[in-house]
Amino acid sequence: MTTLDLTPRIDASPRGRAGDTVALIGRCLRRSTRQLDTLLLAVMLPVMLLLMFVYVFGGALDAGMDYVDFVVPGIILLTAGYGAATTAVDVATDVEGGLMDRFRSMPIRATGVVTGHVVASMARNAVSTALVIGVGLLIGFDAHASALEWLGAIGLIALYVAAMTWIAVAIGIVASGPEAASGFSFAILFIPYVSSAFVPVDTMPSVLGAIAAWNPVTPVADTLRALLLGTSVDGSTVAAALAWCVGLLVVARVASGLLFRRRR
Amino acid sequence: MITIRGLRKAYGDHAVLDGLDLDVAQGEVVALLGPNGAGKTTTVRILSTLLAPDEGTVTVAGHDVVREPARVRAAISLTGQFAAVDSLLTGEENLHLMARLAHLSRAERRTRPAALLELFDLTDAARRPVKTYSGGMRRRLDLAVSLLSRPQVLVLDEPTTGLDPRSRNALWAVIEDAVAAGTTVLLTTQYLEEADRLADRVAVVDHGRVIASGTADELKRQVGAAQVELTTPTGVERVETDGSVPDVRRILADVERRGLVVERWQVRTPTLDDVFLTLTGQPADAVPDAAPTRTLQETR
Repeated sequence: MTTLDLTPRIDASPRGRAGDTVALIGRCLRRSTRQLDTLLLAVMLPVMLLLMFVYVFGGALDAGMDYVDFVVPGIILLTAGYGAATTAVDVATDVEGGLMDRFRSMPIRATGVVTGHVVASMARNAVSTALVIGVGLLIGFDAHASALEWLGAIGLIALYVAAMTWIAVAIGIVASGPEAASGFSFAILFIPYVSSAFVPVDTMPSVLGAIAAWNPVTPVADTLRALLLGTSVDGSTVAAALAWCVGLLVVARVASGLLFRRRR
Repeated sequence: MITIRGLRKAYGDHAVLDGLDLDVAQGEVVALLGPNGAGKTTTVRILSTLLAPDEGTVTVAGHDVVREPARVRAAISLTGQFAAVDSLLTGEENLHLMARLAHLSRAERRTRPAALLELFDLTDAARRPVKTYSGGMRRRLDLAVSLLSRPQVLVLDEPTTGLDPRSRNALWAVIEDAVAAGTTVLLTTQYLEEADRLADRVAVVDHGRVIASGTADELKRQVGAAQVELTTPTGVERVETDGSVPDVRRILADVERRGLVVERWQVRTPTLDDVFLTLTGQPADAVPDAAPTRTLQETR
């Protein structure tokens, strides 16, 4: 029998440490490797949609260019959004199981718990997005991006994933449970449909077109498409894409922080 | 170690805590005993800095839960009603993660997880994901996590709800070890037996207030005297007694003199069930079953 000291420790520090966040990131990365089915779904689903769009619908669609070139950037955003949204389920699971209460009652970095989830989401999405881009290239996506444009595209995707993930975190905290939170990831899955992700906005009926024009996914998709295809894009579109992503990111981040620490 | 004064918390019109007062001395074990909805869990959540009180003050280890939550968190360990462990990680991984978050020294981080796994009879299951654990195993791991940091105050919210008797006894034994080492314990329970077994003092909570407090024996005395219970072929006869040897001898001598046929006899002191019945006007068997149902008022 190992002897175990149970004497109360009276000198425990009330201060959180940077190591807290590192440990919690490690936890979430490890969780991700134990949920390969979730990761697989986050890749399979967009790939199936990509194949369907290109080979089933693509022939009938006139996007003013090769449809595969038009749709791959949209599918990338769909992948990123869906993958990020699954974070809501992870966070809601922590809340429901009482683990979040335990973390909140410990003297640790307040941001660490959610940062862990966010970093793991970024890592998972890096894998799934790379796989989807790979499939896109295989079926004829004609990327003409320079090294700088690739960097810009990756940065934009990362920004989009970060914004979606922080929104997912906030939703995961307020959701009544993992099932409710999973509803969010399906909602996210449908947002790109009413945008320029899959079809040009000007082909839509006027009402839908107006909605699509205001959909944050539209400027992001247009910018990403221009970057990957090496075509030109309005400065205002790029600005709108960045403003949407950064704006959503900041709002969702602040909201998550407040929700995490609220004493309700 | 814990001082609670005039604690109030309401959700809309519904007052969950209605001026609750409680003191727990260092090294003392106090049980909050009461039915579902009495306000036990709400008290625990305020004390653990998870919930803000509407009114009243709570200090833990000399620190106010509202003004110095971080210092309170450094002094406590919370074991909530649900086993707060990561189902996707193994038991060992859970403990290693929590050891880092508890800011244990490098040496302690190496030794304590294994020692706690052994103490809670989880060594064989240490490398299995927690989702494969039984409810009792999850609860044991949960308490092991709480003891990692050597807390000054151990807060246990219905620690043995839903456990089989063997796991319950094992858990009680470890809690008693921690108490012997100087840990202060506040626990909530619906089990009278648990309060009787673990607690130095029992605070009976009903409708958000402490309606009675004292040692289990004091509470029992409050309810009434002990009785000698005589089972005869025709029924049960009860005679009040002060429990002393001469008094019991006198009663038994009287029985013999009357020529009463007694099949068996016992001295019966009031149980905490009787205490509950007397104090709340609610029979103990009306106390809702202790299934871990999550009620809105209690946990949110």
